[in-house]
Amino acid sequence: MRYLSDKALTRLRNSAELPDLSGTRYRLIAQVARGGMGVVYAAEDEHLQRRIALKVLDVSASAGELANRLMREARVLARLEHPGIVPVHDAGTLADGRVFYTMKFVEGQRLDQYIESLASIPDRLRIFLHICDAVAFAHARGVLHRDLKPANVMIGSFGEVLVMDWGLAKILTDAVKPEAPSCDPVTQPTNGEADATMLAITGHGKIMGTPGYMSPEQARGESELLDARSDIFSLGALLRYLLSEKLPGSSTRLDRSLEAICAKACTQEREGRYAAVQDLAADVSRYLNGLAVSAHSESVFDKMARFYRRYRFFIWLIAAYLLMRVLLIIVVKH
Amino acid sequence: MHHDEYTGGDGRFPATRWSVIAGIRCEDAGERKRALEALCAAYWKPVYKYVRLRWNRPAPDAQDLTQGFFAELLERELLNRFDAGKSRLRTYLRLCVDSFVMNEDKAARRQKRGGEIQHVALDFAGAEVELTRGAIDAESIASPESLEEFFEKEWIRSLFTLAVEDLRALSTARERERDFLLFEAYDLDGEGEISYAQLAQQHGIAVSQVTNALAWARREFRRIALERLREICGSEDEFQRETRSAFRGDSR
Repeated sequence: MRYLSDKALTRLRNSAELPDLSGTRYRLIAQVARGGMGVVYAAEDEHLQRRIALKVLDVSASAGELANRLMREARVLARLEHPGIVPVHDAGTLADGRVFYTMKFVEGQRLDQYIESLASIPDRLRIFLHICDAVAFAHARGVLHRDLKPANVMIGSFGEVLVMDWGLAKILTDAVKPEAPSCDPVTQPTNGEADATMLAITGHGKIMGTPGYMSPEQARGESELLDARSDIFSLGALLRYLLSEKLPGSSTRLDRSLEAICAKACTQEREGRYAAVQDLAADVSRYLNGLAVSAHSESVFDKMARFYRRYRFFIWLIAAYLLMRVLLIIVVKH
Repeated sequence: MHHDEYTGGDGRFPATRWSVIAGIRCEDAGERKRALEALCAAYWKPVYKYVRLRWNRPAPDAQDLTQGFFAELLERELLNRFDAGKSRLRTYLRLCVDSFVMNEDKAARRQKRGGEIQHVALDFAGAEVELTRGAIDAESIASPESLEEFFEKEWIRSLFTLAVEDLRALSTARERERDFLLFEAYDLDGEGEISYAQLAQQHGIAVSQVTNALAWARREFRRIALERLREICGSEDEFQRETRSAFRGDSR
């Protein structure tokens, strides 16, 4: 038997982990991301001569339930044609037996990286409304995302907002086959991030999602109870993140209306949350337009404060005009 | 008895491989022996090197202890106590080695070593050469973390070595010796300075043939290594974690 040097081990390890693209029209460029289920590479489509993203199943999971999940994710994406959802181009099995799919290569940053460049609350709320649009569209197509979090939102180089990673999506209608029942053991997060997606099993079923963003019913593994309100909880957590994370002057107290919107979206009991994503988005839009939000019963002072915020420019204009008149009268009298 | 279903691509390997854990716990003596031999093939070298360095034993003692350890695994049914839900097999085996070496001064035990694993050729001289080549300093692996890393690395080396030898046999059986030579030259011997074009020139073939040969060899290497790995894991979860360790260097 020959001796394998450390260098040979490293080379074998690297070459064995890379997807075997022989027989495909794709050429590997570089690894761009790794999740618990698969690896995303930048690749070139040699026929169309364009860069694409290739997601391939991890070498440790070349068959079984994870392969089904990756293929199902591709099918879910294929049915969700929306500007806020990354389009899938192709799917199949590589020569090495690993399932893959290709999608648009999004050049940009994850929301948790991009957020520092969003200095104002209105800018952040407008991003949030784009996310809501994509999620509402998916709900209308009978798909729950189940893993909404900042790391799963990409901001493209032209400001486009894309909801990514539909690997945990749940199909509410039968247009796409639901995931096969499985008896996989507990899988721990593999990417080492604090907000890493987790997958575990409870007496009810699997726990899939990200602590801090998944709804209480999702955290209990009550998958049969999940509906749009579960994603609404995640959106509420995401909104809270957007309103607090690295915002200049973030020590100042959050506006009561925004606080109420977050609180309503993140209510522990799902009956207390918004019934649909559109309702949540409508409240955020109302706030942006200086109108009363449904989540918050305003006092007289709140109404005055909101009136002031909405018509601040005119109020100051009138005040300046009145002041000028008073000064003019005083000058004339003297 | 538990076994894992999966499909081999070329027919050389059986479509169903028995887990060695299930095999060693089996009532059938022949099955037990076969499973122990598979386990021994994957682990004897890491165990031997570990005993040499961690316990600072001279080569003859380490050889004796390595053979004795695998004999004791069977005699004392140590693998019956292994719980795949609590630890990895290799971690469990390493701890068993520690315990065994600490108690090795019972001379009588040495008399009955090696009976069950006599069909596995243990090339101790070769292992000694590898230790020298690796230029490993015993003092550098003194901490528990570095011991674990050392054992893991040697375990991966052993696994990949077996997979490479299987690949060599497969390429001979399929009359693809040249593909194996290319794989050997580029992935095993090459220091990065040889290119596909140079290899093509050396063998008088097109660059695309080199590309295809390496793709085939790597694909088969990965398949064989995964099959061997699956065989020596106690559960699907352990298999996935060990695959990440072996192929990704992710020890979590």
